[in-house]
Amino acid sequence: MRLFVSPGSPGSLPVLAAAGRARGRAELLISTVGPEECVVPFLARPKVPALQLDGGNYLFSTSAICRYFFLLSGWEQDDLTNQWLEWEATELQPVLSAALYYLVVQGKKGEDVLGPVRRALTHVDQSLSRQNSPFLTGETESLADIVLWGALYPLLQDPAYLPDELGALRSWFQTLSTQEPCQRAAETVLKQQGILALRPYLQKQPQPSPPEDKAVSNEPEEEELATLSEEEIAVAVTAWEKGLESLPPRRPQQNPVLPVAGERNVLITSALPYVNNVPHLGNIIGCVLSADVFARYSRLRQWNTLYLCGTDEYGTATETKAMEEGLTPQEICDKYHIIHADIYRWFNISFDIFGRTTTPQQTKITQDIFQRLLSRGFVLQDTVEQLRCERCARFLADRFVEGVCPFCGYEEARGDQCDKCGKLINAIELKKPQCKVCRSSPVVKSSQHLFLDLPKLEERLEEWLGKTLPGSDWTPNARFIIRSWLRDGLKPRCITRDLKWGTPVPLEGFEDKVFYVWFDATIGYLSITANYTDQWERWWKNPEQVDLYQFMAKDNVPFHGLVFPCSALGAEDNYTLVKHLIATEYLNYEDGKFSKSRGVGVFGDMAQDTGIPADIWRFYLLYIRPEGQDSAFSWTDMLLKNNSELLNNLGNFINRAGMFVSKFFGGCVPEMVLTSDDRRLLAHVTLELQHYHQLLEKARIRDALRSILTISRHGNQYIQVNEPWKRIKGDEADRQRAGTVTGMAVNVAALLSVMLQPYMPTVSASIQAQLQLPPPACSVLPTNFLCTLPAGHQIGTVSPLFQKLENDQIESLRQRFGGGQLEESLELKAKASPKPAAEETRKTAGPQEIQTLLEEVTKQGNLVRELKAQKADKNQVAAEVTKLLDLKKQLALAEGKPLETPKGKKKK
Amino acid sequence: MAAAAELTLLEKSLGLSKGNKYSAQGERQIPVLQTNNGPSLTGLTTIATHLVKQANKEYLLGSTAEEKAIVQQWLEYRVTRVDGQSTKEDLRTLLKDLNSYLEDKVYLTGHNFTLADILLYYGLHRFINDLIAWETLHRLPPASLKPHTHHRLPAIACPEPADHCALPSWVLALLCSLAL
Repeated sequence: MRLFVSPGSPGSLPVLAAAGRARGRAELLISTVGPEECVVPFLARPKVPALQLDGGNYLFSTSAICRYFFLLSGWEQDDLTNQWLEWEATELQPVLSAALYYLVVQGKKGEDVLGPVRRALTHVDQSLSRQNSPFLTGETESLADIVLWGALYPLLQDPAYLPDELGALRSWFQTLSTQEPCQRAAETVLKQQGILALRPYLQKQPQPSPPEDKAVSNEPEEEELATLSEEEIAVAVTAWEKGLESLPPRRPQQNPVLPVAGERNVLITSALPYVNNVPHLGNIIGCVLSADVFARYSRLRQWNTLYLCGTDEYGTATETKAMEEGLTPQEICDKYHIIHADIYRWFNISFDIFGRTTTPQQTKITQDIFQRLLSRGFVLQDTVEQLRCERCARFLADRFVEGVCPFCGYEEARGDQCDKCGKLINAIELKKPQCKVCRSSPVVKSSQHLFLDLPKLEERLEEWLGKTLPGSDWTPNARFIIRSWLRDGLKPRCITRDLKWGTPVPLEGFEDKVFYVWFDATIGYLSITANYTDQWERWWKNPEQVDLYQFMAKDNVPFHGLVFPCSALGAEDNYTLVKHLIATEYLNYEDGKFSKSRGVGVFGDMAQDTGIPADIWRFYLLYIRPEGQDSAFSWTDMLLKNNSELLNNLGNFINRAGMFVSKFFGGCVPEMVLTSDDRRLLAHVTLELQHYHQLLEKARIRDALRSILTISRHGNQYIQVNEPWKRIKGDEADRQRAGTVTGMAVNVAALLSVMLQPYMPTVSASIQAQLQLPPPACSVLPTNFLCTLPAGHQIGTVSPLFQKLENDQIESLRQRFGGGQLEESLELKAKASPKPAAEETRKTAGPQEIQTLLEEVTKQGNLVRELKAQKADKNQVAAEVTKLLDLKKQLALAEGKPLETPKGKKKK
Repeated sequence: MAAAAELTLLEKSLGLSKGNKYSAQGERQIPVLQTNNGPSLTGLTTIATHLVKQANKEYLLGSTAEEKAIVQQWLEYRVTRVDGQSTKEDLRTLLKDLNSYLEDKVYLTGHNFTLADILLYYGLHRFINDLIAWETLHRLPPASLKPHTHHRLPAIACPEPADHCALPSWVLALLCSLAL
């Protein structure tokens, strides 16, 4: 027989491994053909590997070839192997070939590649760990292992794509990879070039159609009713019957909140928003709102919870903003701190503390950590070649330099990082650097600076990660970002800057420098806590008793998952380090990005002027939370979700349940005589409630919201099927049935009010007021569905919870906030690939652009004055004046100010 | 045809008396069989193979190593290609390939009727009926319908070897001409 292979075809891996494993390669003739050669006579399209059998027939399926080799060696077919091979062909291959295509042909990385295959990888991992044997079908490796190993090898041989949390998959994969036939197959196919060896082959293949990704859709999924065992139903009924008595006693409120030994102590932080900008919806969902849902949930679980945040106030951007507004940096911070605090108050964010970083505590704690690092030899001193703009007469902060990326050639790389390839850049390595303010070329000057010796701390970091990551709830993107940083190797990072507005560096020779935000922004959490209580160390130097959850958008992961842990480990002062790092992807606006300068998107302060209640904003933002991948805010979708999910589903159910009690039973919860249908509903609701808990415990906030909506859908169906409004008019038995259904429904409504509390606190409170839910039931969410409104309970006045959003209302809002959406999307298309990573969702994009315009206006103004002083040609002056006016107009537009009347000319 | 109905049909034709109950999983509605002893089985071809063994008709899975591999290859083809085809272009390629494969064969393994013939027949059945309906609608010249005997295929029933369940080349030739 003859085996046809093509260089770089992934199917060769399992086939060669199977040949080696099952029968040796002696009798096998191997022919190498081009990727486009049609080997199998009856197939219209090329297909390799293919095996020509001695009888003349062909096997063209990779698994069938492997199976044939195993059959020849005397192996017998079994159900489990068949099941794995069918799964491999129908479930794994479609997603895997898409992932390989992204990786090898399109050069995508990270979640773009891992995202599509994650579910399949998890399936293998879970099967392995569930059956508790080292191989897929038992104690020895067999056909299924070889086929799956061969399929997965190209991807998983790069450790970046072998997620840490999938321990069983990892050890299975590593065991197989070290076996001789597999090793030889890998060497033959990949030729030590890694994944790139597949490129010549995959390039010639049509792009696999992208696997359907459920998570892309914002639509509710069809719920399948799980089958319930009698036992599950019985357990749910018993719990229900215990009712209010089984609620745990409420935790006494303490002030300040401090960790308590023997309790679960949860410390929650949300990334500190940068002070000089009004946060937009993307910032709000990424940090404060996500963390708020978790904090509220944590309190409902009776965990001892402290939720803190504050404004990040030091740095170049504040100095610039102060210059712009003619205020001192401190005044700017004071002004914007209040703006931030007001916005979060409006959104009902339940901070225990909302502090700021410009405090004496910040200086004290930062300097202490620095001194400890210094005395332990983790700080280096070096001369830094730095870019200085002579025209602006200052050293340029990274954000103020732009140029060509030295790694990938991307033209708009920033001074600290390239948005395209994501690599960190030293500003002086940029090719063709430009001062972002005046566009002149900066020069390189040297200056003394301090560096955190990250390479020296890397080993401690790895050790800590090795202990922390397994079993933790770090989001996959955070794990991936940290892993790729470590893979590239850590380098010393500069922690000082030539600035005034910052934490002073307590070292001789550095009096006119301050710490860089890289080093001290994350210390803000500690200092903010220190301003709240003098016992702050009980939270922050207590890793055994405190579970630290940190919420942020993914661009903040390196600071929280790597730089701060390195500083804290090096300081050797038993700091509490992040246990669960929860990072979101980016939120876009309609089809583009949020942009302050273009007036595109909804910013925190504007949301309140829309007339849409804060809870509706919260609901929609959480519903589209960029969990696992980017998502987009859309006005039309917001209208749809409000009208379908809130009004027609949730609101309708709760309102009907309450109305039936009021109208048919005089506001008094009727007797409930449970039938098997009711018990089944009870068990379904319990199951969904437990699902909600499982998801929220892992901070899967968006998914848990779906559970709430699922329960109310069950509730609506239950009412619809049982028709209490008809039965109430029937005979005794019918009336009793109407009572039971009404009682059950209103209890489901009561449960929903508590589950809803983390998401929509105001709506939750009004449901609880309408139903007069007993106070102990309002503040605790048990894991079982309890009867909290027993027969005889008197409810209050029931009224509708939600309002319909109308098309014209939404349309006018879209126009108001849309800005130049069309222009922008055209501009984005014009830039074409590569798409710059969501720059506008970063904190300081707006002011930078305003700043650029401001500088241009000043420059042009000077030019005009110069020309006039030189008594230059009138036409020339006029032309320059026109340019100046144009620039001023752009600036006014960017700042959202009314146009100024040009001075001077009118006097004449 | 839903996978569960297809499996029930297969049970009958294999002479298995006690019908199994199937549940469906996920958006593709993959069939799941809860077996009495041991874990559940997932997937159409996995369950079908299991049923054949249960009915002691292992010959339907092929008798030599070569036949066994070929049977499983076409079973895989059924669930990946036949069920996965999405465009008319896909369907056309698929039928052409099958047609040229079967040109010198009676059944998929050559001379022996197997499970692969049954499931491929089931899988193609819906296209076949669709296509013939389409043809009637468009009044294609009879020249494209080679043997003029059957315009409509017999409804799926008990597949017996040498009866109507194999995929004779003419059916495929017909289908090809229609799909083009």
